Amino acid sequence: MRKILIANRGEIALRIIKTCREMEIETVAIYSDADKDLPFVKEATYAFRIGEPPVNKSYLKTEAILEIAKRENVDGIHPGYGFLSENAVFARSVINAGIAFIGPDPETIELMGDKIVSRNTMKEAGVPVVPGSGEGTSTLEEACRLADSMGYPVMLKASGGGGGIGMVRCENEQALAKSFDSTKARAKAYFGSDEVFIEKYIENARHVEIQVFGDHHGNIVHLFERDCSIQRRHQKVVEESPSPFLSEQTKQKMYETALTAAKAVNYKNAGTIEFIVDEQENFYFLEMNTRLQVEHPVTEQVTGLDLVEWQLLAARGEKLPLQQNSIKQAGHSIEFRLYAEDPVSFMPSPGKLSKFEWKDTPGIRVDYGYASNTAVSPFYDPMIAKCIIYGQSRDEAIENALQFFEGLGIEGIKTNAPLFKEILKDEDFRKGNYSTSFLAKKAFAVN
Amino acid sequence: MKEITSSMAGTVLNVLVEAGQEVNAGQEVLMLESMKMEIPVESEAAGKVAEVKVSIGDFVNEGDVLIVFE
Repeated sequence: MRKILIANRGEIALRIIKTCREMEIETVAIYSDADKDLPFVKEATYAFRIGEPPVNKSYLKTEAILEIAKRENVDGIHPGYGFLSENAVFARSVINAGIAFIGPDPETIELMGDKIVSRNTMKEAGVPVVPGSGEGTSTLEEACRLADSMGYPVMLKASGGGGGIGMVRCENEQALAKSFDSTKARAKAYFGSDEVFIEKYIENARHVEIQVFGDHHGNIVHLFERDCSIQRRHQKVVEESPSPFLSEQTKQKMYETALTAAKAVNYKNAGTIEFIVDEQENFYFLEMNTRLQVEHPVTEQVTGLDLVEWQLLAARGEKLPLQQNSIKQAGHSIEFRLYAEDPVSFMPSPGKLSKFEWKDTPGIRVDYGYASNTAVSPFYDPMIAKCIIYGQSRDEAIENALQFFEGLGIEGIKTNAPLFKEILKDEDFRKGNYSTSFLAKKAFAVN
Repeated sequence: MKEITSSMAGTVLNVLVEAGQEVNAGQEVLMLESMKMEIPVESEAAGKVAEVKVSIGDFVNEGDVLIVFE
């Protein structure tokens, strides 16, 4: 593999470029008009304009992307996360064009992309799933009957959904009735299918996921857990590894279960098995993400490995560099997603970033998509950068993070940086005592 | 209240009122999408819509006029 195209933008495109450079692989970036001044465009070996800012006129233009890939004679396409990364049709057209898709098989993407199908696949493989219907619900009457049988509160979810979009918590039958049609309509608009299903809502849940990795020789390993319970709008804001809450015994059980799940679908390349964990440490399969995860640097810091390098090696048919017993977890890593948004209302705040500076010190890694004097546009998600902070212990990582945010210079638009300081000083967070409702319950006042 | 302006840059996802319609204070009149998030736009006061200045799919900047009242 000598040259790859990156079908993505922002921080993840730049992050992939960095590893490619170390491996002496040339990179082809694509960019929309809104992104022409961003660092990833400047750092790629080659960069080509793909279209206007809206995603359907740029980063989702399958045909145009493939055309550039063929013209530039690339050996592989890395889809990053989001956009076309979990689009089986795209993966298949890449392979049919004689180009390696840097990710799992299209069949696996398809299987795991449908929440109902993936849930049933995992159940058959003996993986515990959240109590729920296990099939799509078409009428409100049926939904109410199912919800009654499992007991409220329940989660109403879009079968084709993901990334926290298209799901609503319903406290009772009235709430379910109120949300049913709008959830179906939204599912149709966002995911092309109005199929929905119902799951038991788990109170005070934690969101813990296991990184897995497979090659084309049947080897599958896990790379430990990430605790991603600090969320807003069902989307992750802070992630850490190891989890400060799970017992060693539960962790081992989760690793084994994740391997079972990955083996059940003959998984290749980087993937993540997401679990929801209740207060008694019972865990249930939530979904599998068939791509590199936003929060993968947390795993890289505690294992000392480069997951993008592993992806490229696996995609060119090599065996995984390490076997399970040689993969170690050391120290503690916490990632903070720096968003262009109001730290209290979480409302978007696009605009020009006039200043974005920090002090480079050991243990601090910033994966950025924007630099000083670039504009955060309203067309894509609000992430400016990921701040990944390492310590020998969790306490040390927290202290290093506090120092980092004290010294962070960010001006021009509103960001959630002030919120991170509040989280880091919070007693419950410091004790590792938090669930997915942490931010909603705390309602931090940030000035 | 003479008009409603956009509080942020984004794309018009849905227009919920039309010219000639009476709206109440707090009523949702428009849905914007910015940074992959739906942002409802509400009317601050009651009034009668004279003109809707935008259509679904339009891109608006912060401060752009969305709706004009009589």
